[in-house]
Amino acid sequence: MSSLLEFLFSPLRALGRYSILMARAAASLDEIRTYWSNLFDQMVRIGIDSIPIVSLAGAFSGAVLTVQTSYQLESPFIPRSIIGSIVVPSMMLELSVVVMGFILAGRVGARIAAELGTMRVSEQIDALEVMGLNSVGFLVLPRVLAGVLMFPVLYVASCAIGIGGGVAVGHFGGFITAGEFMDGARQFFKPFDPFFGLIKAVTFGFIVTSIACYKGYYTTSGAEGVGDSTTEAAVLSCVFILVADLILAVTLL
Amino acid sequence: MIRIEHLSKGFGSLEVLNDISFEVRDGETLAIIGRSGSGKSVLMKHMVGLLKPDAGHVHVDGRDLCCAEYGELRELRKRFGVLFQGGALFDSMDTFDNIAFPLEYFSDLTSSEVEARVEECLSLVNLEGVGAKKPSELSGGMRKRVALARAIALEPQYILYDEPTSGLDPETSNTIDQLISHLSDELNVTSVVVTHDMHSVLTSADRVAFLHDTNLHWIGPVDALHDRPDPVLDAFVRASEYHLGDPSASVPLTQDS
Repeated sequence: MSSLLEFLFSPLRALGRYSILMARAAASLDEIRTYWSNLFDQMVRIGIDSIPIVSLAGAFSGAVLTVQTSYQLESPFIPRSIIGSIVVPSMMLELSVVVMGFILAGRVGARIAAELGTMRVSEQIDALEVMGLNSVGFLVLPRVLAGVLMFPVLYVASCAIGIGGGVAVGHFGGFITAGEFMDGARQFFKPFDPFFGLIKAVTFGFIVTSIACYKGYYTTSGAEGVGDSTTEAAVLSCVFILVADLILAVTLL
Repeated sequence: MIRIEHLSKGFGSLEVLNDISFEVRDGETLAIIGRSGSGKSVLMKHMVGLLKPDAGHVHVDGRDLCCAEYGELRELRKRFGVLFQGGALFDSMDTFDNIAFPLEYFSDLTSSEVEARVEECLSLVNLEGVGAKKPSELSGGMRKRVALARAIALEPQYILYDEPTSGLDPETSNTIDQLISHLSDELNVTSVVVTHDMHSVLTSADRVAFLHDTNLHWIGPVDALHDRPDPVLDAFVRASEYHLGDPSASVPLTQDS
C-alpha cells in the first residue's frame, strides 16, 4: 500500500522539488553579477555552439517542406506562390522551433544534466556550498537564463536558414522561383507569426534547461544515476515541449 | 567551537546516527573513527550544514546551523575548509584555478597575491609545478593534496578532513598528517579528521571519537587509547593495527600487550 502511495505521489513530490529549485534560482537573481562570467560562458555553450546543428536542421526542414508542399499542391489551378505562403508560416510557427527544441533537448539538456549530475555525485556541488557559494545561483541560474536568452537567437537563425533552404531547393529544384516563393510568403505574412515563434523559443529554452538542471542537481547513485538523469532530462524535455507547444497554440493562436 | 547536541539522523528506514552529543574544542584536532558505514562522513556533513539532522542541533561558535537562514549558513560556512573523500575538485578547471577559486570569490587579494597564495598552498602539500594540470591528469593522491591546498587557501578557522590519507602512499600520508598537526599547532586551526587510519590518528589527533552501532561509543584523549578503555574500541584499534601489517609501527599501542 505504501509503495502504491509512493508511486502515486512521486510526480507531485518531483514537481514540488522542481518548483523549489526554480524558486531558489529566481531568488538568486540579485547575485547574478557575481556569476556574470558563468552566464556568458553558458550563453556561448548553449547558444553559439549550437548554431551549426540548429542551422543544419533548419535548412533541411525548410528544404523538405518546400519539396513536399510542392508535391501536394501540384495543380494547374493553384498558383505556385502558394508554396511560399505555406512554407514560411509553417517554419515560423512550428517546424523550426519544435525541431530545434528536440535537438537542443538532446544536445543542451543531456549535457547540462550529465555535467551537474557528475558534479553532484563527485561532491563538487557540496564543495561549492561549503565554500559559502550559492550552488543554485552559481550553477542553475546561469544555465536557465542562458537557455531563455539564447533559444530565441537560435530560433531566428534556424528560421532564416530554413526559409533560405526552402527558397534554394525550390528555385534550383525547379519547383518554384525565388520571386514566386517570396511573393507567396509576403501575401499571407502576419507579424504575430515570428513573435509567436519567439514566445515558443523562450518557453522551450526554459523547459529544456530547467528540467536538465533539476535532473542533474538532484542526481543520486553514482554513474548509473548520472546516466538516468541524462536520459530522463532529454526525454522529459521532449515531452514537455510537445505539451507546451499544444498549450501555446490553443491559447495564443 | 563546534557543539553537537543529541543529533540523530536516518535515511528512510536506515538509522545512521542516534543521539550523538560532543563538542570540538577550539584549536584541537578531533579524530572520528569507526567502521565503514558507521556514519562518520554523515556526522561531518552535519557540521557544515550539508545535511539537516532529524533531531538535535549543531552549534558553530554559538550559532545553531539547524535554525540558520541560508544566508547566515553561507557566512558560517566561510569559516570552514573541507577536504572531501574524493577531493571534489572542479573538473572544468586546472589545478591553479581550483585553488584560486575560493580566493577569487571570497578574498580581496590582487591577482599576483592570489598567484602567490596558490603557490604557497601547493608547496605546503609538496605539489609545486602542477598548476596547469587538470584534475583528470593527476593521480588520486595528488588530487587529494590539491583539494587540501584548496581547503586551506582561505586560512579557515575549521578544517574538516574526510579520509585525508586513504589511497595515499605512506610517505604522502605522513606529509598530510604532519600538515594537519602543523595547521593545528602553529595556526590554531580546529580540525575534525574522519579516518580509519590509526597511524594518522596517533600522529595528528588530540582526541578521538569512536562511532559504533549508530552511537558515540567512546570519546577521549588519544593517549587514553593505550589504556584500552573499552573492549569494542580496543578491538577496532587492534584490527587496524593488524591491517597495517606492521605492529612495530604502533609501538605505543602494543607496549603493554
